Order: sequence, then C-alpha cells, then structure tokens
Amino acid sequence: MSRRDFIKKSGILGGGLVVGVFLSQQGSLSMGSTRSRKSFMPNAFIRMGVDDSVTIIVNKSEMGQGVYTSLPMLVAEELEVDWSKVRVEAAPVNPAYNHTVWKSQATGGSTSVWSEFDRLREAGATAREMLISAAAEIWKIHPSNCRAEKGFVIHDATKRRLSYGQLVEKAAQRKVPESISLKQPKDFKIIGRSMKRLDTLEKTNGKAIFGINAKVPGMLTALVAHPPVFGGEVKHFNAEKTKAVPGVREVIQIESGVAVVADSFWSAQLGREALEIVWDEGPNADLSTSNLREQYANLGKTPGVIARKDGDPSEAFNRATKQISAEYEVPYLAHATMEPLNCVVDLRHDRCDIWTGTQSQTMDRDAAARVAGLKPEQVQIHTLFLGGGFGRRANPQSDFVVEAVRVAKAVKKPIQLIWTREDDMRAGYYRPMWYDRIAAGLDSKGNPIAWRHTIVGQSILEGTPFAQTGRDWIDETSVEGAKEIPYDIPNILVDLHTTRIGVPVQWWRSVGHSHTAFVVESFMDEIAHATRKDPYEFRRKLLAKHPRQRGVLELAAQKAGWGKPLPAGYGRGIAVHKSFESFIAQVAEVSVAPSGELRVHRVVCSIDCGRVVNPETIAAQMESGIVFGLTAALYGVITLKNGRVEQSNFHDYRMLGIQEMPKVEVYIVQSEEKPGGVGEPGVPPIAPAVCNAIFAATGKRIRRLPIPIEELKKL
Amino acid sequence: MKGQSPKVLRLKVNRRAYRMAVFPDTPLLWVLRQNLGLTGTKYGCGMSLCGACTVHVNGEAVRSCVTPVSSVIGMEIVTIEGLSKQFSQPLQKAWIDHDVVQCGYCHPGQILSTAALLAKNPTPNDSDIDRAMSGNICRCGTYQRIRRAIHYAAEIMAERVNPVRNSSRALNPALRGGKLSEPEAGPEGAAEHDF
Repeated sequence: MSRRDFIKKSGILGGGLVVGVFLSQQGSLSMGSTRSRKSFMPNAFIRMGVDDSVTIIVNKSEMGQGVYTSLPMLVAEELEVDWSKVRVEAAPVNPAYNHTVWKSQATGGSTSVWSEFDRLREAGATAREMLISAAAEIWKIHPSNCRAEKGFVIHDATKRRLSYGQLVEKAAQRKVPESISLKQPKDFKIIGRSMKRLDTLEKTNGKAIFGINAKVPGMLTALVAHPPVFGGEVKHFNAEKTKAVPGVREVIQIESGVAVVADSFWSAQLGREALEIVWDEGPNADLSTSNLREQYANLGKTPGVIARKDGDPSEAFNRATKQISAEYEVPYLAHATMEPLNCVVDLRHDRCDIWTGTQSQTMDRDAAARVAGLKPEQVQIHTLFLGGGFGRRANPQSDFVVEAVRVAKAVKKPIQLIWTREDDMRAGYYRPMWYDRIAAGLDSKGNPIAWRHTIVGQSILEGTPFAQTGRDWIDETSVEGAKEIPYDIPNILVDLHTTRIGVPVQWWRSVGHSHTAFVVESFMDEIAHATRKDPYEFRRKLLAKHPRQRGVLELAAQKAGWGKPLPAGYGRGIAVHKSFESFIAQVAEVSVAPSGELRVHRVVCSIDCGRVVNPETIAAQMESGIVFGLTAALYGVITLKNGRVEQSNFHDYRMLGIQEMPKVEVYIVQSEEKPGGVGEPGVPPIAPAVCNAIFAATGKRIRRLPIPIEELKKL
Repeated sequence: MKGQSPKVLRLKVNRRAYRMAVFPDTPLLWVLRQNLGLTGTKYGCGMSLCGACTVHVNGEAVRSCVTPVSSVIGMEIVTIEGLSKQFSQPLQKAWIDHDVVQCGYCHPGQILSTAALLAKNPTPNDSDIDRAMSGNICRCGTYQRIRRAIHYAAEIMAERVNPVRNSSRALNPALRGGKLSEPEAGPEGAAEHDF
C-alpha cells in the first residue's frame, strides 16, 4: 500500500502518528509530541482531542495579515466546531503543507486564503463526516440521519447528541471518505462573518512568541558585522579589543562578515563596536543614487524589451492631435519590519532545529541543510509569529537563516542571530528603485489613442530559482500593473530595461505594483487634467470592458462624495488598480497649507476581492496597506553614496505616526467570484491617490517619491 | 564598558525584587529580556525612536532601550507582563473587541504608553492621544483601531470608577488615576531572586 493510500484509508489514532508517518518516509526526525495519545488527526490540518479540543495546524506564517484566524475559519465552517474551542498551531516543515500551487511551503503573494479555500474546507468536511459516521455507528443508524453543529453530532429524531470529544476515538477508526461534499455558500455560518482574531490576547499580554523571543538552553547571542558596501569582503580584522569585552566568547569570520558571539546582546553589541575591520569594498564602492538616476534616465530614452504591444503605437502617436509625456521616479525601499531579522539555530551532528519568523519554510530548510551538511529531513524549522514580513522574510537566498547556521556551525553552540535596526536597514534586499518614461497620444476629443510606458530597473527574480534564461526574458514582476492596464486604449507599448546593479533587491509588499500603480494612475490623472476631464469620469469611461474594476471605482467615488465642494487648500485624488486578483479604488482627501504642510485627512477605499471570508481582516488589511504605502510615499527613501546605504534607523527612514493617520473607510463589494488577495492590494493605489489629491489642491504634479514636501512649501 | 566588570544590582520589576550581576550601562531593555526572560518588551530600534521597548518606571512611560539599568535601581519597573488588572483588563478587552492587533510586535509598547496616559488622564481627547502615542510606531498601521480602543478603554474604566455619580468611591481621588502595577504573581515584597 502506498503512503498516500495508507493516509487516506485510516485517520490514525495517536498523537503525532499521522505526521510521524509523513516524516518517516524522509527521515528519523521525531516530533517530540507532548500531546495526549488519544487524539484524532484525519489529515495534516486538524487534530482533535477527547477533551473537545480542536487544533488547526496552519501552514501559513502569521505576520499580521490574519491567517491564523481566516484559515481556521475555513476549517471550522465545514467542521461545525465551536469557534471558542479552536486553537492554532504552526505547521512544521513538511510537503503536506506545501502551497497548493507553488509546491513549496511558503506564505506570500496574498494567496493564503484563495489557495487554501478548497483544501481546508475539505479537511474540515472530511473530519466532520468521520465524526458523524462514528456517531451513526454508535447509535446504529444511518449517517444521513445525523447532523453536526457546534462541536456535537446530533440525531434530531431521538434528540441524542455526542460531543466531538466523545467521538474522536471511534472516528479515528473510520475510513477517510473518498469524496466529500462541501456546503453551499448560502449555508455559510462563519465564512463571510467578522470573526475576532484568535491571537489578540497573547499579543496584548506579552506572551506571544516572536522569532526574537525564542530561547534554547545554553544559547549565545550573535551579531555580525556586515560589509558597508554590497559585495564587499573582509580584508583583515583585529578582534583584540572585542575579545576583551566581558561576555564575548568568540569572534569568527564567516562568509557574510565577522560574527561576535557573546553571553548577551549587550556584550555582543559592545564587542562588535570594538572590532577593527579593514574591508575590501569590492565592485560596488562607487554606487550612488545620483549616478544611478542618470544612468536610468539615459536608458529610458532607448527602446527596451517589449512586454506588451497592441496595435501600432508609433503610427498612432504620429497621427495624435496632442502628445503628453512625463518621467517618474521611485527610490529603493526597505521593508523595515517592526521586528528586525533574527534566527535561533541549534545545530547538532545529525539534526538542526531553527526557530524564526519566516515566510519560506521549504527554501530556508533546504538552504540550512546545504550549509549544515545535512539532509533536508534532518532540519526542522519552528515557525513563530513574525513581527512583520512584507516579503522580506521570504528571501530566496535565505540570507538571515544561512548566516545563523554558519555562526552555529562555527561556534558549535546554539545561537541567536539578531540584526540590529541598522543591520536590518542596510542589509539590502530592497524594493528596487525605478525610472519610468510614459507618454500618451490623444485624438482631437482628448481620448487616448496611443500609450507608451518604458520601465527601467532591476529584476527581482534574476539570480533566483524563479528566473528564466534568455536575453529577452521579462521579469513579470517588473511590469505587473503596467503591462495589463485595463483602460480602453487601442495602441499600447510597454517595454522594459532590466538593469544589473550590485544592490540586492526583493519583493516588497505589492512588489511591482508598488511602483507601476503610482506611475499609471498619476499619468492617467495628468491626461485627464490636460484634457479638462474629470479624473473619475475619464477613467470610468475607459473601463467599460472591466466591470469589476469600474465597480470599485464607482463605489469609492460615491462613498467619498466625489465632486462635492471642499474648502480652499483641500483636494481629492482618485486611483484604481487591480493586483493579486483583487480590485481596489481609493479616494484621498488632502490639504496643503500655505506653509506647504501636507495633511492626508481621509482615505475612502473600496475593494472587490471576490468571495469574502473575514470582513474584519479585509478592512484591517486595507488600513494596513494604506499606511504602508502612505509611509513610503511621504518618507520612504533608501539612497546610496560611495557604495554605502545612507539610512540606518527610524530617524532617517521615517515612519508614519498615529498623529498623521488619516481616517480610513473601507467598503467591501459583496461578490460570488473566487476569493482574491487582501494582504498587498491596499498598497499600490494610495501613492497616486494622494499625489492626485495634491495636484487637485495645488496644481503641483508629483512625479518623484517620496513626495518632496519642501517643494510644496514653495507654492 | 572598558575595564568594566559586572556589578550586582537590585531591581524591582513587576513588584518582585531581583538581584543580578549586570554591566551598569546595559540598557534596561536587554536586562528585562535576557536576564529576566521578560520578552514581552520588544527591541525595535535601540534609539528611542519606535516605542516598542516602552515600560513604566515609577509610573512614567520610559523607553527602556536607552535607559541604563543602573539608573533605575530601586524604582518601580512595570512591564507588559506585570501591568495591573485595573489597566490590563479594560485594555485587553478594548484591544480584543476592536480587533486592534496585526503582527502584534509593537502592542506591548502601545499598551504601556496607553496605560501611562490613562493613569494621568482618564478622559483623553484625540490630541492627548496623539501626544502620548506619537512615539509608538506601528508598521502594520493599526493606529485608527488603537485610537478607538483607547477611547473605549477609557469609557470602560470610567464606568468602573464611577458606577454611580457622586458616590464616595467615585469621588475618591486615590481611585481615579489607578495603580499601574500590582503584585500579579507571588507575594508582595517577595524574597529576592538571584539572576
């Protein structure tokens, strides 16, 4: 009997036994289960006890986006369980927990809910049917005469009921059903409702365990001095003063720099400060933002690799009555998760345990195994709460995990690698800087008949397993949001120059959309104003073929009172953008004082994300995305000079504070379409909405982020 | 820290006394986290810019990442783990009812700053909230919910203090501001613990 058949045919009784069967195919790693022996695990996602407990094993990382609540909701809906009895556990690393599409255990792309929508409901329904079947056997009746509700199986005719806890032993002996029917949406009791987050209490009483809070016996703290220039290396170093710092145990050079390992963070910090390192700065010592900007602007004047070509754009430009064009720029951006990167490693000769907040368990496990000289099955990652992810904690090189394993390997003791805020800010893997050249040709009525958008910047996927080879390969993440613009323009050209710069880059919440939406939606506004058209009506007319996109645009405009008068110095701006399968529109209301002081007062956000699972999660993610994008638009900037990143902490990489928070209103479209993402789509529209509002208020067009507040003062 | 050696210091944290050997200029944050294992208080910046490290020292909200441990000897230190029920109950209820948290990393700091605000000003308006909370960064953007939760917690607490207008309890000033710390676990003035 194959392993799959074995799992399907029996929901095995016994604590970790089912998961143990998965792992025994691949290695001898023991789960060290402390659970009661008498539990029912019909699949990898549910464990139920004789005490009526229901533990949902979640294979996605909780970084604030609410998956530790929304994913259990999918299970609980079909399982008919008492929500107050639901507990959540992070999944170990195992192929059973792979992303249903990516075939690797990872969290990202705003895909968690839609990619698990069917599988988790099936998991819940399967368990429910086995519990019903068990009760039916006890009562000697047909299962179709029983129903499940709030943790009980009930036989209405005789008013008998048994709790799930009373049924788990018998249920474990039942056959796992081959096919399962799921509820009709009209019967949903949990999906679509605002269920409260399951993790609030521990996040408000200090008990929540984030990566940085992990501790193993005998653990030392490690800080690593990184080269000040990307690609630099240690030439030589003097650790004499470092070793004299009380508490410092070892100083060792590793691939990524020089590690100081000590009894405590403070000793390690002072030890690192006392290190004298001479660096070979390497090939990127001359990198500067001003040089890069010039280089990009020159490239942008030449044709790139074509990502989209509709019709005959150059012909259409030739016959256009009017042309308008503009250049847009956005800088490198750091993720700046509230919890700086960190990783605990306990490395033995035959196994490795890692505790961290990661978004990419399989990649990190495999990288750790390679570095440790172990098989992947000998490495286990214990995923803890992430104090923010935003894509940074899914690093294709597993940079911080690999660094921690290297230190552990060198000192032969359990270590916690901690990156200080400065380390974190300067370690790279930024959202790339971009330069865009964009132009439109208009007919005599002011309708756009030609559109050309040239994009210049680095590829995120190049150098990762996700890239393809070939000179004309286009990294889709570089053009997403620019390539597939929905507007009804007959001749479109989108082309790309992929630059190769020694600054490591990575996906940053909303990835390519974080830059393309700013350009496209600002430029659409420019066209509208240049042709004296209302920016909302102008877009609306060009979205006739895209009802969902037009729908959110209309909803946001309506709720925002678009067109109603505003006081002097105030302006409204609108932006609409599709990303990660969801449609979002935002209207921002801003004021610019005579002194130039900018205030964002209100943001009205409409979202069509298909079928709604948890409205509260959606609203929270829209608020979150808006703050994230607004912070970047106002303050986000990473610059380079002499190869060095100029920013280091929150004084020069400023964050929005509560006193600057606009009033955010979220309106969710009720839809039967398949669920779309919500973690990222709230980010792209805010920068253009705010900049369009600034134009409405002042006549000043912002084409470069962060918004040059100083220039507003000149008005 | 040149030539320094650890000194034995006495600290009072969450109404318990501790005696430990630490370097006098170690930031209180790291003593709490690593010597005492109280990891609710967080490291975010090390420069008093983000507020994740907020604790109470003698009733004041203080950024523990820039507070040398030697400067708080003998003072009442309260961390999120030791916040008195008088504050933790209404604040946790307000945070839960308004689904405030997302990643949650900043929230112990947010809650301690809030408690310090409410202890001094039981009926804060939005400007008071801005002033008290502007040093607590939330990267997930939960600000609007924090604000709602603070107003709600203030209402809950006002009801508890003033269940009936003009009652002697309501008029008792000692009960207005409230104590920020309580002996949550263990007897008051417990025997010193060595760390």
